[in-house]
Amino acid sequence: MDKNIAVKVDDLTVAYNYKPVLWDIDLEIPEGVLMAIVGPNGAGKSTLIKAILGILKPIAGSVSIYGKPYKKQLQLVAYVPQKGSVDWDFPTTALDVVMMGTYGSLGWIKRPRQKDKKAALEALEKVGMLAFKGRQISQLSGGQQQRIFLARALVQNASIYFMDEPFQGVDATTEITIINILKELRKAGKTVIVVHHDLQTVPEYFDWVTFLNVKKIATGPVKDIFNDDNLTKTYGINYKVSIQE
Amino acid sequence: MTKMDITEYFQLVFTDYTLRTITLGTAILGAVTGMLGSFAVLRKQSLLGDAISHAALPGIAIAFLITGAKDTNTLLLGALVSGLIGTFWIRGIVKKTHLKSDTALGLILSLFFGFGMLLLTFIQKQPNANQAGLDKYLFGQAATLVESDVWMMAIVTGLCLFVLLLFWKEFKLLLFDADYTTTLGFNTKFIDILITSFIVLAIVLGLQTVGVVLMSAMLLAPAAAARQWTNSLATMVFLAAIFGAFSGVFGTAISASQTNLSTGPVIVLVASVFVFFSFVFSPSRGLLFKQIRFIKNRRDLELHKTLAFMHHIAETHDDISHPHAIILLNNFQGYTRSTLQKLVEKNYVEIKGSMWSLTKIGFETAANLYTKKSTDNE
Repeated sequence: MDKNIAVKVDDLTVAYNYKPVLWDIDLEIPEGVLMAIVGPNGAGKSTLIKAILGILKPIAGSVSIYGKPYKKQLQLVAYVPQKGSVDWDFPTTALDVVMMGTYGSLGWIKRPRQKDKKAALEALEKVGMLAFKGRQISQLSGGQQQRIFLARALVQNASIYFMDEPFQGVDATTEITIINILKELRKAGKTVIVVHHDLQTVPEYFDWVTFLNVKKIATGPVKDIFNDDNLTKTYGINYKVSIQE
Repeated sequence: MTKMDITEYFQLVFTDYTLRTITLGTAILGAVTGMLGSFAVLRKQSLLGDAISHAALPGIAIAFLITGAKDTNTLLLGALVSGLIGTFWIRGIVKKTHLKSDTALGLILSLFFGFGMLLLTFIQKQPNANQAGLDKYLFGQAATLVESDVWMMAIVTGLCLFVLLLFWKEFKLLLFDADYTTTLGFNTKFIDILITSFIVLAIVLGLQTVGVVLMSAMLLAPAAAARQWTNSLATMVFLAAIFGAFSGVFGTAISASQTNLSTGPVIVLVASVFVFFSFVFSPSRGLLFKQIRFIKNRRDLELHKTLAFMHHIAETHDDISHPHAIILLNNFQGYTRSTLQKLVEKNYVEIKGSMWSLTKIGFETAANLYTKKSTDNE
């Protein structure tokens, strides 16, 4: 079956100062996959997501979401940043953070209404955090903070989800909660793109994978391309997929 | 300062025109800087205010050199222009050179301030009789406030309040998570410039009263104090405005009831008292209650450990309330006379002579300690 292309990246190059972080990336992400982006530290995994979302300005290249520029498809995309990218001592509650997921569809100036609050509460329940809705966010554990971020993205009710290391430093409960939600999203036909570090869990969690190390090494179904050869090309050392057993 | 003076001041404030003007001015100034200061503090741009106020100095001097007049509005316009230039240079440096923002802030601050001082000394050497008094902008002089100045402050504060309410959602979003704000399609540059412009405006308005050197304290102190009392952004901004306004009023009152106390520094000192008080006495974040909680937790833990140890000993007997020698506990680290006393008070333990025995409640509590622990940690 020929699938629609959810995200298409053409000739994308991003650099900080003189050093290219991403070099000439071409990437097509089909609709409905649960995709891991893997690669060593400094491979540009987060940068790739940020460039797709317009947070970083690329030197060259273009990105399209279902055939149109990102700016035209804002409502279709949700983003879960790295947990460490914000100050969790910010004076606000868990519910309040999740409510931020509704801001995009509200647009400028308009305030969230009752139905937005309801959506936020539902998202909190989905990630198992309803009991913590009034909690100050600094008083949540790392895993709980991650689930709050996930809930915020769920509220956006998007078609494509980008997540930057959602499993980093979380406990087993949170990891299971998150992966179940990701699989549910896929079942609902959504596309989920995850920057992932733990190679062990790639075959178990994901059905699509992109190997990245400044350049794109490979992209495709996990069962076809998640092998020694690509791992070695990406990580530079001799990798043995003993992990697949 | 005696009590009389202050009460006298508060009687005079409603009748005396000058006093009323100055008090209103400092109160409004305190409110608007406190409000905006909350944003600066939460954005971790505490130094920005300092840089902006120092960057305003050359603007004042240049405005005087060009017009030759000491009209407040003209001079403050100059301050506004050079303050804005300084701000955008800071942004530019951070964007273009990848220097850290504290470096950029420090650089611009000293560069502009140095240049401003140079111009001030140059002006002072001029034969122009009009030049005296420009240096009041260094530390401010609230006594020079007139009604039109206060009106100006009130208008800016009203405008600021309006914009704050209008873009509240966007401000909060940007403060918490700028990248996410971008992905939702908001123009973060616009929001950022809006906040920063108002901060610059508030600072410039305060230069006449508090001065270049101390102005940043007006921005930071009320916000830092307010942060201690609340976990809600709205409450924090509101509290900061209140703290700022009160600092203004009390500062003016104290300096008015004393001779030779310059208003600006006194306002800043009053604001610092708010900060100090908040740091120590805030229930959730204050040092005092933190320490008390810490000591209480340790005591509880000590108690639990002793009880658990007793439980361990008591378990070996069929009769849980079988008496044991107190000496047995001496080998145990957490044990003290007072913990034993507390356990008796709680009815967990009975003491007869040199022997102790667990009560039924005590035994059950001890048995449940571990299971409770594990559910607490979820």
